Amino acid sequence: MGQGFREVLQSGEFVITSEIGPPKGIDLSKMAHHISLLKEKVHALNVTDNQSSVMRYPSLGGAILIKELGGEPILQMTCRDRNRLALQADLLFASSRGIRNVLCLTGDAVPVGDHKTAKSVFDLDSSQLLRAIRSLEAGKDLGGNALEGRVEFCAGAIVTPEARPLEPQLIKFEKKVECGAEFFQTQAVYELDRFRSFMEYAQKFPVKILAGIVLLTSAKMAKYMTENVPGIFVPSALIDELANAPKGQALKKGIEIAGRMIRAIYEERLSHGVHIMAIGREEVVPEILQTAGIQLKSS
Amino acid sequence: MIRSITKQKPLDEVLKSLGEMERVFIIGCGTCTTMAHTGGQAEVLAMQQKLVESRKVVTGFMVIPVACDNLTEEALQQNLPAMSESQALVIMSCAFGVQTVSRFLEIPVIPALDTLFIGKEMGPGLFQEVCLQCGECILGETGGICPVTSCHKGLVNGPCGGTQEGKCEVDRNKDCAWTLIYERLQKQGRLAAMRKFHPAKNYQVEPKPGKTIFELERS
Repeated sequence: MGQGFREVLQSGEFVITSEIGPPKGIDLSKMAHHISLLKEKVHALNVTDNQSSVMRYPSLGGAILIKELGGEPILQMTCRDRNRLALQADLLFASSRGIRNVLCLTGDAVPVGDHKTAKSVFDLDSSQLLRAIRSLEAGKDLGGNALEGRVEFCAGAIVTPEARPLEPQLIKFEKKVECGAEFFQTQAVYELDRFRSFMEYAQKFPVKILAGIVLLTSAKMAKYMTENVPGIFVPSALIDELANAPKGQALKKGIEIAGRMIRAIYEERLSHGVHIMAIGREEVVPEILQTAGIQLKSS
Repeated sequence: MIRSITKQKPLDEVLKSLGEMERVFIIGCGTCTTMAHTGGQAEVLAMQQKLVESRKVVTGFMVIPVACDNLTEEALQQNLPAMSESQALVIMSCAFGVQTVSRFLEIPVIPALDTLFIGKEMGPGLFQEVCLQCGECILGETGGICPVTSCHKGLVNGPCGGTQEGKCEVDRNKDCAWTLIYERLQKQGRLAAMRKFHPAKNYQVEPKPGKTIFELERS
């Protein structure tokens, strides 16, 4: 990958990112396989940070692995597990290892995960973390102390375009823009009409928006996500479509739905790109892109 | 009026804390734990029965009117003979009451309750936390609804992405504090307040251990 992610965002090309979930443990072979499979097919790869509050191999370790394998990492950082000292220290470490892209998240709540009795931190929130990054870039930590050496990040955040009510999320979105977010990867988008009206609003801001595409693997999974995953709402028409797929063909149908949505977003240039989340099925991302009929210009 | 909201510990835990100590005196509180039905007269009597069934000797019991008050020292005097024959005091007040009693007597204190939060009674059996005493009040910008207390993550810059239809991602039976704040500020035509960025909180305003000495102004 010749150019950095920020340059890709500025190039005007339809941006494609995807995400990798680190393992529970230190067997990195599957993650390395997914990285190798996807690094040439997407502009950058996110690494999730103890996703859904489930303790895993760290996102920082995953981002370093992506660098080592020749990909472009986007380091996901949540505020759930680390206070401002730890977050800033990890940002310095990331920078020293050539990690330039950070996605700032508040983080899921502790009780939804697998360490329900743990203490939640939330010393900072996503907007304050963005501010911290811009402060480090200006040469000062949050304590106001000077730093040795320069750091620079392409910083992003997330937004939930299908939230109800939507306006509180938009106010937060604007706060994140003010705090220095350059790009947004959205929470899963399933209703293009709703997303279209969100984009009419979001286009006014000097940020790049990548529409979140979460692969649906079965009607059961789609229903589960709607009921249990914060910020995800799958319309019943899509759940029916998956339920009506021939036996054993639900995943294929899910790939088709994801490909179809990406194609529609691409053709209408609804957003600046897409962020594909194939939670646990990263190996089918190339097939989703093939179904969508798009590939990287810069690869 | 805000109260200390408590819940009873499982009896096993109380017995484990007592260990070999056999002779016990039980203390309840006539204020918060009476109201919450966790340490009033009725609960003290029930505890007496349970401890006797667990082969403890209950030397006596009392319900102190306000266990956290300084008058507790005098109240304790009335039962001093029975208490001094006891190896432990099983206390059914909030943690403040336990600490107050322990200041006045050199007898081991065993809390029988867990103190959950400082809150108010909203209805029979329904208690709600109202303030975390964070030392940096922002109620003026949040329509009088406290996100530090009422948002699971204590967020001060708006909702997280996990809220759904006005409910919290942690418990769909609980309201999202930021949706409530949004609705109230909207009604008051003050949504601009929600756009204000709050920088990282100053935790030094909350002295830990909490002990503040105010200088009195002389007129």
